Amino acid sequence: MTTDLWTQFDAAPLLLTLRVAGVATLLALVLGVALGWVFARTRLPGRGVLEAVCMLPLVLPPTVLGYGILVLMGRRSALGGWLREHFDYTVIFNWHGAVIASALVALPLVLKGASSAFAQVDRQLEAAARTLRQSRWSTFVRVTLPLAWPGILAGTLLAFARAMGEFGASLMVAGSIPGQTQTASMAIYDAVQAGRDDVALMLALVISAVSVAILVLSNRYLQRSPP
Amino acid sequence: MKRLLLSLCLAALPGFASAQQLTVSAASSLTDAFKEIGARFEAGRPGVAVRFNFAASGVLLQQIVQGAPVDVFASADQETMDRGAAQKLIAADTRRDFASNALVLVTPPVSPVKSLRDLALPAVKRIAVGKVASVPVGRYTQQALESAQLWPALNPKLVFADNVRQVLDYAARGEVEAGFVYRTDAALLKDKLHIAVTVGGHAPVAYPAAVVADSKQAALARNFVAFLAGSEAQAILARHGFGAP
Repeated sequence: MTTDLWTQFDAAPLLLTLRVAGVATLLALVLGVALGWVFARTRLPGRGVLEAVCMLPLVLPPTVLGYGILVLMGRRSALGGWLREHFDYTVIFNWHGAVIASALVALPLVLKGASSAFAQVDRQLEAAARTLRQSRWSTFVRVTLPLAWPGILAGTLLAFARAMGEFGASLMVAGSIPGQTQTASMAIYDAVQAGRDDVALMLALVISAVSVAILVLSNRYLQRSPP
Repeated sequence: MKRLLLSLCLAALPGFASAQQLTVSAASSLTDAFKEIGARFEAGRPGVAVRFNFAASGVLLQQIVQGAPVDVFASADQETMDRGAAQKLIAADTRRDFASNALVLVTPPVSPVKSLRDLALPAVKRIAVGKVASVPVGRYTQQALESAQLWPALNPKLVFADNVRQVLDYAARGEVEAGFVYRTDAALLKDKLHIAVTVGGHAPVAYPAAVVADSKQAALARNFVAFLAGSEAQAILARHGFGAP
């Protein structure tokens, strides 16, 4: 690792990766907690199928996900065409496209963490809060959520790490535009293609180090969550 | 179960059975012409199987650097081949140009873009080009736009693709307002894309081929490179729109 590489090191892909993964994880968190509660606590008809659909991004090839987003939101699609015409907006070749792809792959991890955390919360504590004249919402916010929190947080950290590593679908949707949509995983891919092994190695090391830190943190929260 | 295993083994056999397998790494733009040329080359040589590996020339060179078992390398530009020669990855005495091409600007059939300057119009949001570091058509595009003194101004609109066929795909899907490809690629999608300009101001698009230094089939590889210059292969290349070397 030469000092030369340090001075010309481009931090933009790393910063963009943090931004994309951060926003994607936030979206996945809100959606994942809501859906996790629904799957753990309600008897919604068709719940099994809906849950399977939500978990799908975990196992689907990223190319299928990328292709799906292109078909649903590309310029030739109904939604993509409408957004373009009325708002001059498109997710294609835009970092928002990478956020959508990353949020979809991150969602199953939050969802799984949240639904098993909600399932483990002692219902008697909630019932006790209700007898103390707490509303349903207040019971959820003051009793259920704090008790489920470690499990949700562990899932969210995993989701963030997964979102940071998103590559295939993001590349198909957002492209690899330096300074605009090029995340660290794409920058590594470009560097390898161009024979810039030094740049690829540097980015790979940074990404690996950050991911290890997140996984360690996630495991800690998992151990803290109720058995 | 035994029968199934046996038939699986038999199915796997042809890969080993062919007497001579020649692996040709060729620039993406050569895909269609080379598949035909490969079939013609095999036809006159029983027991010979040609296997193609198509990608951007820079990517192919990196694979050879990493030790990929390749016999013939056909690049879409001289620069990539020069880099291979400098690293002694190709047998320099086998190198020869076998085709030429032209750089064109493609747009959807209905488009305000009639010249390179029109790319600066606000209606043009995104322009697809090859990655400059690894895709020759991207470098030709950079040279042409630099000659036209448009490169810095257009840079924020550029989307960089993995190879020329991806540029073509972006343009054909309408996700970009314009793209720079070779004349031969544009000809594949005449109904979806319109050639707005044949672009100048770049190094001549000349395709060199050479035998890879580590080839285990050097004699056959030399035959293939010679075959590219022959009348049969040249006729196929011409039919696909390539120019004479």
